[in-house]
Amino acid sequence: MSDESNERIAALEKELAKLRSQVDTGAAGEEPTEVQANSAWLAVRLARHPKRPHALDYIERVFTGFQEIHGDRAFGDDPAIVGGFARLDGRAVAVIGQQKGRDTKQNVFRNFGMPKPEGYRKALRIMRMAVKFNRPIITLLDTPGAYPGIDAEERGQAEAIAISLREMARFGVPIIAVVIGEGGSGGALALGVGNQVFMLKNSVYSVISPESCAAIIYRDASKAEQAAAALKLDAPALLHFGLIDRIIEEPGEGAHTDYDQAAAYMKATLISSLAGLSSLGPQQLIDQRYEKFRRMGNFFEEAATV
Amino acid sequence: MAWFTRPTTNIKRDPAEAERHVKTEGLWFKCDGCRQILWRKALEENQQVCPHCGFHFKIDAAARLKLLFDDGAWEEFDRDLASTDPLDFVDSKRYKDRLSAMQRALPMKDALISAGGTLNGRPVNICVLELKFIGGSMGSVMGEKITRAIERSITRRAPLVIVSASGGARMQEGAISLMQMVKISAALMRLDEARLPYISVLTDPTTGGVTASFAMLGDLNIGEPGALIGFAGPRVIEQTIRQKLPEGFQRSEFLLNHGFLDAVVKRPDLKQYISQSFDLLLN
Ligand SMILES: [Zn+2]
Repeated sequence: MSDESNERIAALEKELAKLRSQVDTGAAGEEPTEVQANSAWLAVRLARHPKRPHALDYIERVFTGFQEIHGDRAFGDDPAIVGGFARLDGRAVAVIGQQKGRDTKQNVFRNFGMPKPEGYRKALRIMRMAVKFNRPIITLLDTPGAYPGIDAEERGQAEAIAISLREMARFGVPIIAVVIGEGGSGGALALGVGNQVFMLKNSVYSVISPESCAAIIYRDASKAEQAAAALKLDAPALLHFGLIDRIIEEPGEGAHTDYDQAAAYMKATLISSLAGLSSLGPQQLIDQRYEKFRRMGNFFEEAATV
Repeated sequence: MAWFTRPTTNIKRDPAEAERHVKTEGLWFKCDGCRQILWRKALEENQQVCPHCGFHFKIDAAARLKLLFDDGAWEEFDRDLASTDPLDFVDSKRYKDRLSAMQRALPMKDALISAGGTLNGRPVNICVLELKFIGGSMGSVMGEKITRAIERSITRRAPLVIVSASGGARMQEGAISLMQMVKISAALMRLDEARLPYISVLTDPTTGGVTASFAMLGDLNIGEPGALIGFAGPRVIEQTIRQKLPEGFQRSEFLLNHGFLDAVVKRPDLKQYISQSFDLLLN
């Protein structure tokens, strides 16, 4: 490895250590503070917990015979998105996940779970194959957001996400999306067009990160906990607004305390959900998915005043 | 009968002077592109495009519609849809107050006009985002109005044009705003299945969740010259990579070079361009 990348890793490690110490403060259960009363911020910290299970941790426990496939057949392979085919309780399915790294080296490899356009295009390729072979699609959402970089913009980050949203609406197979950690804005949503959408109990789903929101509204990124509460980004809030279908239980203090149990909860939910969707034909699946998102929105129509 | 002869001394200070002031203030100004002094009337006659350097000044939604519809006439749809402030969101102001201030100032209920009319004789639906209304941001109202416009296009077999100018999804409506990206993209899937053309016109600036949904989903994606178009805003990218961005990055011409726009079309040519595209695709 070059000196330059060693230097970059050292810098990232330092930054990560700082972030970890912030995450660990309060999450480790000291005296109750006002911060702990903010359930949204608690969820943000748990969703980003350094030991939280990532997509591959679930894939290995929930599915059998996972065969990962790579590349978008156009530019390259994006390690921030993993995907392929596997079996869920004996049934062949496509599974795609946004993948974060565990340590710094892995995180550099996975680009901190921030996908690039080729990642979304790989996911779309897998989903199209799933439609071709009539396999249900299961997606696991966990990203701070789509990567905001020069190369990603050059290769059409926005276009890749947009096409994914439109095409997922078209597929005549069951699609189940699960937010397992950070549902970071459009970058997460790109894989989130499901017949059923679930959130793990301590995951979050948001239009903007609490830090960026705080930087805009309070001109102070350190007020992220206030912003998290304002954004109403935790699972109960999303369920309340009718944006998700169900909350999946997590063990004890959070999924990071017991990977197997967390995976077992997810597996049971996926199997029962898939069983329910299996009674629907292709067009019914498309229509059910369409109607579900069609209803999302809060507005009123004022009587026209003359 | 003689109402106009009533004494007016107690009404205003000096309307003539106020008018003179506005006129001299507004008559001449400097072009953002070439720094030349422009005569406002010359600019107006050229659809707010600098006659010297071609710089495209921003125009509001109504002005855009006037340029595209025949005789500058259209029927507006869903104008009374308004946000309910579902999150009860408070930033530097309460979102409710921000909304009602905007609604009074512009005056419109949200950041989009949905309209129907004819373009060179052909019935079309055109939605135009209004940048002045909370940065053209997309919340529930924009999501619903565009979705209804798409459904109207399908029912009436009329092509669709959306002219974008937006910072992206509206933060103040949280994840509900985010889901509008799906709602609109799914409706565009239906338009696609109905084999009706959709032209997306991207103007300065179009970023975030608007670019990452309907603005990039046109059968044709057309940029105005020099428009900033991207997923992430330039400031966010600079903060991430900690270096200055290259000149021209994320401008229309950059996207054209990288294969994400079908054409960059000057504003005075836009109506004819759209009309010809629809002819070539439908007649
Ligand atoms: Zn000029």
